[in-house]
Parts: sequence; structure tokens; C-alpha cells
Amino acid sequence: MLSPVSATLFDKLWNSHCIETDDDGASLVYVDRVVMHERTGAVALDSLARRRRCVRRPEHAFCVADHVVDTQPGRSDDTPVPGGRDFIVALRQGAASFGLRMFDVDDDDQGICHLVSAEQGIALPGLSLVCPDSHTCTLGALGALAFGIGTSELEHALATSTLRMTKPATMRVSVTGRLLGHATAKDLALTLIAAHGAGGGRGAAVEFQGEGIDAMTVEQRMTLCNMAAEFGAATAVVAPDEAVFEELAGAPLAPREPPLGRWRGLRSDPGARFDRDLVLNAHEVAPQVTWGTSPEHCGGVDDPVPPPKDAAARQALGYMGLEPGRPLASERIDAAFIGSCTNARISDLRSAADVLRGHRVAPGVAAICVPGSKRVKRLAEAEGLDRVFKDSGFEWREPGCSMCFFAGGEGFRAGERVITTTNRNFEGRQGPGARSHLASPAVVAASAILGRIGAPGALV
Amino acid sequence: MKPLELHTGVAAPLLRANVDTDAIIPSREMRRVSRSGLADGLFAHWRYLDAERRLPNPDFILNHPERAGASILLGGPNFGCGSSREFAVWALAEFGVRVIVAPDFNPIFQKNCVANGLLPAQVPQSGIQALAAWSDEDPQRNRLTVDLRASVMEGGGSPVPFAISEGQRVRLLRGLDDITLTDESGAKIDAFERQRLAEQPWVRLDQ
Repeated sequence: MLSPVSATLFDKLWNSHCIETDDDGASLVYVDRVVMHERTGAVALDSLARRRRCVRRPEHAFCVADHVVDTQPGRSDDTPVPGGRDFIVALRQGAASFGLRMFDVDDDDQGICHLVSAEQGIALPGLSLVCPDSHTCTLGALGALAFGIGTSELEHALATSTLRMTKPATMRVSVTGRLLGHATAKDLALTLIAAHGAGGGRGAAVEFQGEGIDAMTVEQRMTLCNMAAEFGAATAVVAPDEAVFEELAGAPLAPREPPLGRWRGLRSDPGARFDRDLVLNAHEVAPQVTWGTSPEHCGGVDDPVPPPKDAAARQALGYMGLEPGRPLASERIDAAFIGSCTNARISDLRSAADVLRGHRVAPGVAAICVPGSKRVKRLAEAEGLDRVFKDSGFEWREPGCSMCFFAGGEGFRAGERVITTTNRNFEGRQGPGARSHLASPAVVAASAILGRIGAPGALV
Repeated sequence: MKPLELHTGVAAPLLRANVDTDAIIPSREMRRVSRSGLADGLFAHWRYLDAERRLPNPDFILNHPERAGASILLGGPNFGCGSSREFAVWALAEFGVRVIVAPDFNPIFQKNCVANGLLPAQVPQSGIQALAAWSDEDPQRNRLTVDLRASVMEGGGSPVPFAISEGQRVRLLRGLDDITLTDESGAKIDAFERQRLAEQPWVRLDQ
């Protein structure tokens, strides 16, 4: 059979997994790997057991405890999240009864599921992977076909090794130029979302490409692909390059002799057509911070709060307690949080530590760092980064999703202003009435020292 | 799963953009490893003045007496964005919502709706505003009718067509369960997998 003259990377990944497409346009897509966490996975394993269904390929399915685990040092199964322990125990029991590998609370390789998937080589170039979590698209940075799914779809994937879905449209985001100064992949993502809206991805499979992407580290690409969830994309993907292959070398579940020839072919052909094309100049990206309750409510750290353009923005400003025209950088903060699947990899912690070194967190600011995985934590401690965080006044915690969202346990209080490296500034996301400002690790670290929103450049 | 062909119900407009699944069901309302017991926590941040004490917020649309029994939500762009939590759809379904009308949906949320027999109907914003205006006149009397067989909604003026993928439309009409449907393709899946693992043995992990 002749292959199409020029195909996009997404087309290639899709075609190599598409089993059949029915007359209604719905396809059956083969799933190579399944990853689940306790919050949405436990229900699926429970109902599979009730329906007396098997996990079709248990050796290709993995469980990770991350969402509601305690992140305080010396933790156990007990968690401040009401009912949280039940979710952890249910996942553990489901994993045991179906024979799935679980990265449990006390596992040396535990961490946030998307970090674990990358570190372990569960996600690989050319593999399809599903996980009942919207940020699964993070793994597109490795050249994987990665989809966030619901619990019903998870059950389906476990029982049949397939996903039933309509092929999404394709969108190319070409990033010209390279990031400069303190601008990071997080700032690039926020700039893109601010320009085109939180629904700007329109359910498409987004490919990031161009000089700005080639110049990024693999971890930066993961941050960028992670934020595609906040762009309304079906998934994101980046053509894997030598940096990716190096990153994966030695990962426990990666092949000892990787099919590099095949992996190098995982890129869009010259002249491949995308359904939609966007261009972004990385040179023009400045450190960003959000001012509202959607990631699209975002501007430069040194910009004033803009006048609201619609009812949602007006409501957002009311919730955030901000006035249009005032500089964001004058807003005092109550807390600073570094963590989450967006920005808790080793390079994120290094960039925050570079800002923190020799400084102290401003009085009255609660500062918390939650490494994304045990592996990240070990690496950071080997480099002495834990000392930098602790000496500056940050808490140094155990890995997990932690205060990225409020599940009834730890959280921030009503009216508290939090600067955070996480991905969602929704109303109540980090606590009822809490006001979240999304930013990069460097901006969060700088703000923690200043006691107000500010860029690293504002530190003397 | 309950098939859906024709549905008539009270509508409730919630037209702001980017209504997220954290708003639909806050994480702290997901207290049990279960698909049920969630309706009470639906829109908890907005529906209650004090969520812990369940003190109703009289200003929230679903608390307006004239919206009692609402089963059709009229939403804004990018409805259901954020977390993939299917708890959001389970909460809506348990509350009695059968249809959500919006200019566009988050892709995971949209699939979660269909998996649970809820219709995510895509209608341009102007059409939604017209439906909302008519409903607002007298919500209990001016009920909307959704006809999935013809993919149109009726409400006052001329019928408003809505978009949904054909595959999803058929599944909702028949109330099909995906796993049962896919079982019919079992032999094809086996054959595909045999070939994939033979050609690319590195894909397979040891048992």
C-alpha cells in the first residue's frame, strides 16, 4: 500500500494505531499503555471487577498514587483529603487483583503519574498511551500518542486495549525564534492561550514545531504540551529528537535497543497539511502571570490588569479582587506554590533555586515546594537544592499533586493570593475563595522573595 | 444506558465562557469511590453560599424556583474545560440534566457526556442566546424540545439545528455501551495486535 505523500506526525501516529473506522467516522484506536491514578482509576477498576471483566493486557497497565496522597514528610496512607485514603486503598486493591504494577505511596519511583510515565519509559515515541487525566498530553513531548480520557473510556481501554474516538483535526503551532531571558515554556504556553483563548485548541491534535521548540529541553516541551490541556486541545505532540532519545536511555521500561530508525521517522513530512496553522514568535514572549480565573486571563508580569472584555472576565476580576489599570506587580501575595505536572521537574526546581539562592522568602508568605516525583526529589537533594529551598524558607515536601487542587484537605484560604506553578487558576481550584495566579517557577520564586507578584529581574 | 431520542425540559442558561469541571463538581465533593452520590455537590461553589452547610445561593440559576426540574443546560464556549473527571458528568446526570447546549465543548468532557447518555449539542452562540431569551420569558411553560433523530431543537422561533458527530449521535440514540460494541471487533483487535507486536517487538513488555 502506498503511504500518503506527506503526512503530519499526528497522522503517522494515528494511522499506526487505527484498527478500523466505521461509516460514522468513529475509529477504534489501539492502546499500547494505560496509566491511571487513584482519583479516577479506582472507580474504573472497581466497576470492571463488578462486571467480571478482565484487564486485557495487565503488563501494559500501570497505577500511580498521586492525586490525594499526603505530601507532608513522614507520610503514610492517611491523607488530609476526606475519603482520600479510600481512593488509594481501592486503587491498590484493584491493582493487586488485576495484577497491575503500582507506584504506591511508599514506592521509590512514586510521583505524579505523567512524570512517572516519562521517567519509567512507560510513554515512548510512537506508543499510544491513555490515562484518565486531562494532562496526559504532557507525554506528547516524547512523540507519544497520548490522550486524557474519562473513567468510562478507561474501563474500555483496560478491557479491550482500544479507545473509540473520532480522529481530531490537526493544528500546527510554529514557534519561530527562541525564548529569551527569563521567559520559559510556561510563559510561551500562557501567551498562546491568552492570544487564542482557553478553547483555542478547538479539540485538535496540536503539533508544536519550529526553532523555538527544537531549542527547548525535553522538560520544557513537556511543560508546553502539558498546557495544551488548558488550550482545549485533544492532545499535543512534538517530533522526538536526539534529546528525547537520550532522556529515555536507561529508563527501566524503555527498550534496551531502541528502534531509533523508526523513532527518527516520527516527524511531519515537509509539505504536510494541517487543518489549522498558528505562528508564535518566542522572542516576543515575556514572563507571564494570570490575573483571572481562566488561563486565558493572562498578561506580562509587568503589565497592568487589563479592562475586562466580557462577563466572565468581569466576574473573574471580582473574584480575584483586582482593579483594571493597576500593575499586577504591586499585588501582595500570601503564598507561593511550586509543584504539579506542569512545573515540578528537576529543571523547574533548578530554575527556582537559582532565583532563591541567597534570598529569604518575604515575611508572611507561605512557600511550598513539592517535587513532581521521588526521582526528581532524589536528584534535587543530590544537588543540594533542598537546602536552597529550605534555607530560603520554602517547605520541602514529598511528591504528589498536592495543592494544585483543593480536595478538602490542605488548601489556601478564602481571599488568599497564591502565586503558583500549576496549570489552573479556576475559581476555588486551590481552596474555596483562594485566588490563584499561574506563573513559571522563576516568577513564583521571585514573587515569594518580594512578597508580591514580580519577575526575577525585580530582585536586586 | 438510557437511549435518548426526544427530550423536552426546562432550560437553565449558564452562558459564561469556560465553565470548568472543577466548577461543575469541586474535587472536595468527590468523597467516595463511586459514580453516585454526587448531585448534591453539583456546582457547589456557585450553588451554595456556604458549601459545607449547604446554604443555598438564591442568585444561582439552578436555585431559581422557575428553573425547578431543569434538564437542559445552555452553556457558553469551551464548556466542561479543565479536569477530565467524569464525576462532573455523573453529577449532572444524577441532578437530572440530559442535554447541554454550548458553542463548543472540551473534547474529554464531550466524550464523557456521551458515555453517560447525556447529549452535548453544539449550537452557535446566537442560537443559544435566542433559546435562552425564549426560555427566560417563562421557563416552566417555555420548555425546549430536543430531537436527536433530526438534530434540531425547538424553542419559540424557528427550529435550531445542532451539531454532534454521527458516531456519537447513533450511540446516544441506541443507548449503546461502548465495551459491548467493541467486543464485536475482538477478532480485528487481536489480529491488529499480533501484527503490531510481531513487527515491533519492543512495544511488548514482559509479563
